Amino acid sequence: MFEKYTVKIRKIKALTIKEFFQIIRDSSSILIAVIFPIMLIFIYAYGVSLDFKHLKVGLVVQDDNPDAQSFVLSLRDSEFFNVDIRRDKKELIDKLTCGDIHGIITLPFYFTRFKTAWANNIPLSNPECVNLAPLYVVADGSDPNTAHFVLNYVQGAWANYLLQQAISNKDRGFFHVNVQQRFWFNEEINSRYFLLPGSIAIIMTLIGTLLTSLVISREWERGTFEALMATPVTMREIYISKFIAYFIMGMGSMVLCVILSVFVFGVPFKGSILALFIISALFLLTALGTGLLISSAARNQFLSSQIAIIVGFLPAFMLSGFIFEISSMPETIQWISELIPARYMVTSMQTLFLAGNVWKLLIINAAFLSTMILVLFLIIFMKTKKRLD
Amino acid sequence: MNDKIVIIKNLKKSFDNEKTFALKSINAEFSAGKIVGLIGPDGAGKTTLIRIMAGLLKPTEGSVAILGNDTILQSKNIYELIGYMPQKFGLYEDLTVMQNLNLYAELQGLTKEAKKDRFPTLLHFTALKPFTSRLARDLSGGMKQKLGLACALLRKPKFLLLDEPSVGVDPISRRELWSMILELAKDKVSILWSTSYLDEAEKCQEVLILNKGEMLYYGEPKRLTEKLKERVFQIQNIETDRRRVLTSALNQEEVLDGVIQGSAVRIVAKKDQQIRLENFNAGKMATLRAVDARFEDSFMDLLGGAPKGESPLAKLISNVPKDEQAIIEVKALTKCFGNFTAANNITFSVKKGEIFGLLGPNGAGKSTTFKMLCGLLTPTKGEAFISGLSIKKVTSQARARIGYMAQKFSLYNNMTVIQNLHFFAGIYPVDEKNKENIIQNMIKTFDLTSFINTTTSELPLGFKQRLALSCAIMHNPEVLFLDEPTSGVDPITRREFWSHINAMVSKNVAIIITTHFMDEAEYCDRIGLINHGNLITIGSPDDLKQMAQSSDLPSPTLEDAFIILSSKQDEAQHV
Repeated sequence: MFEKYTVKIRKIKALTIKEFFQIIRDSSSILIAVIFPIMLIFIYAYGVSLDFKHLKVGLVVQDDNPDAQSFVLSLRDSEFFNVDIRRDKKELIDKLTCGDIHGIITLPFYFTRFKTAWANNIPLSNPECVNLAPLYVVADGSDPNTAHFVLNYVQGAWANYLLQQAISNKDRGFFHVNVQQRFWFNEEINSRYFLLPGSIAIIMTLIGTLLTSLVISREWERGTFEALMATPVTMREIYISKFIAYFIMGMGSMVLCVILSVFVFGVPFKGSILALFIISALFLLTALGTGLLISSAARNQFLSSQIAIIVGFLPAFMLSGFIFEISSMPETIQWISELIPARYMVTSMQTLFLAGNVWKLLIINAAFLSTMILVLFLIIFMKTKKRLD
Repeated sequence: MNDKIVIIKNLKKSFDNEKTFALKSINAEFSAGKIVGLIGPDGAGKTTLIRIMAGLLKPTEGSVAILGNDTILQSKNIYELIGYMPQKFGLYEDLTVMQNLNLYAELQGLTKEAKKDRFPTLLHFTALKPFTSRLARDLSGGMKQKLGLACALLRKPKFLLLDEPSVGVDPISRRELWSMILELAKDKVSILWSTSYLDEAEKCQEVLILNKGEMLYYGEPKRLTEKLKERVFQIQNIETDRRRVLTSALNQEEVLDGVIQGSAVRIVAKKDQQIRLENFNAGKMATLRAVDARFEDSFMDLLGGAPKGESPLAKLISNVPKDEQAIIEVKALTKCFGNFTAANNITFSVKKGEIFGLLGPNGAGKSTTFKMLCGLLTPTKGEAFISGLSIKKVTSQARARIGYMAQKFSLYNNMTVIQNLHFFAGIYPVDEKNKENIIQNMIKTFDLTSFINTTTSELPLGFKQRLALSCAIMHNPEVLFLDEPTSGVDPITRREFWSHINAMVSKNVAIIITTHFMDEAEYCDRIGLINHGNLITIGSPDDLKQMAQSSDLPSPTLEDAFIILSSKQDEAQHV
């Protein structure tokens, strides 16, 4: 009995070692396992940013009073804006049409009058002033996301300005509304902070699903699988050795990503390292299982890479809440996203990095992932027939 | 019963829910310790049969047992009894020779002591000892094959299954492999050797001939060739064109089969029929000499003989005006890849209406030379002219004068026959007005009418070959390049193919061909033998045989000549 297991272990060991030699000597594996993750991390850290700084806007100033000028200054010095100050609105409208700027802020000639009247609680008797505002903002609606940023930032800047004015005027009675904003879990609202933890899920999908399915279909193409099948090796032993090799690879690149995120890009890590390992191990197993299933269905590299991207990579990218918020998707899509393992991984990673150990959420996610593993492995291990048809 | 190693009972195998039968009721019993040849053209069902024996496919009906173990019910025992080398050898390209051996040893469950015992023996046996740390992908075709064999032999199998081990391997490596197999047979290992090379069948103790999934014959090869005693002849000293002689011979009622062998024509008479030499227009000096029957003769006998009638192609293609000028002039053509010289100073010329063969071991440089002439590779040095046009300068004009039929035909497999024809008529300089006419003529000539709308991948091999040829000659080329045109094709299809080629040659089209098939090389007017990038010699098949003649080998075959001449150069280089 004992001897039977040592024989089994020897076979698995030999196959695993073979797998590692192949990884080391095959440049495409190294590309997918090492170069790709590093590239992706850098892209998410530098290239993709969901919050704007130095938003390009035009500013039309028709009021020369010091009050207006001080608001102009506060806009110009803000790191959120990159302002192009003009007197004539026309030039700016052309620029907006060309997409060179995202919006136009107009300070009308009655800005100071309006403001003083408002600040001193003098009712605006002049009927023409009823429908007027001290600021006009036009935003480029063809990019709604950026348009929102323009509006929100201007409002923020305006509120800020009023507050400053009130303080400098020692006008305590001026505090109409005072919103104290605080963002929990990501105080700086830095999108890098939630992109990088989420990207770990994407990278592990690449290794677990894409690389694994590629490697196995390559064995079909080169006829090595056929040769393996004619030896006393069982399919389970072949699968287990693949699992071991690519599990180690996947965990390795997870650690690499975490180290890069925390130490190079300064993303805080607030959760427990043990939880990090458990959740990512569970997720990796679902990715590996998907990869193995794909390659048992598609026996050539081209087809399996296509399937891996459509079934594994794209859903992980789009339906996991990594970039697009799940709660704002149509309901049916939300249901579908429940079936995407990456969804549980992305939320867990974001929680572990930014919020800490929210055990209730982590345990629920782990439970979902474990169920998926169970289903996948049941299917895989039922395919133990060592046959070509 | 105990000396039967394999028992095949009423075996049937179908794919696609019984739509296509790969094997139709096979019955055979292999005796232990014999070399059994599994012979048949591509698509005959050889690989399917081997995979069933290896327990990798489940029979649709019937059963196979190896030493009493059913391949499905007792599959576990099967894997311990057999050694199996699949078509692509099953090697890991990214692993070294030693790592490959080690992996398979572990998988076969060899103990440490067993490894110590087997490795040196196998490395010595396969002469791979100096290469143990070389990656498998850097091995030559012949060496890969030996390593594949070593991996299959690790556990001293009782039954060794080799799936087309000699495909794409040059005659030298083939011979080495055979001597290794004979050695194993002495050790009481039973061997199944599958091949589409009919000449290998004669070396087997028993043969199982498959054609289109049916077993045509199982038994000793000698019993087959005996049937043809005194029915095989060579027409020698032909004064007229030997290709015409072959055509007229095949038109005679009493002739079953005929091929060209150098300057002679080999014919097989039908049973109890008299051959009359005067019918063949071979000239007054021609003589008829009885020769020994070969396995291929018997195979043709089983299949019912060579196709009759002249190739209709002769009527279709226009005559190239004959003159004595060379249509292809190759002058000191050289191609280097980095430090490696793949083709060195190659010089030859080909006349109109001549068949010129490029022969050589794997990696000798024939494909490189071939590709340079077709304009697919730019030469590093030297020049070549096709009907006066330099291949370096005006390649597209030069290309308009050549037809090219690649190995495995390079047709679009998911397009229909007519779509392929239209496509190739579009890319070759075919006259737009005549296009439809030419395509219709091709369809008529090659009898493709009933297949027009068939997807090419579903076409029978012979028809695929016809289609490939028609695509290559639609624009009336003056030169036709053939890259291993008939490897793996059954002998009937090969004869039909050559009847078309001969028809083109009669219209003065020049043919350049590369091949591993010595039978095919016999059709050539002249052969250029390439080894290690150098053109060793040029001569007719008979010239080459004469050069290889020695007291040990008074009448060498073309294969003998090939091996002797190539190795002579090897020796010269080592000195």
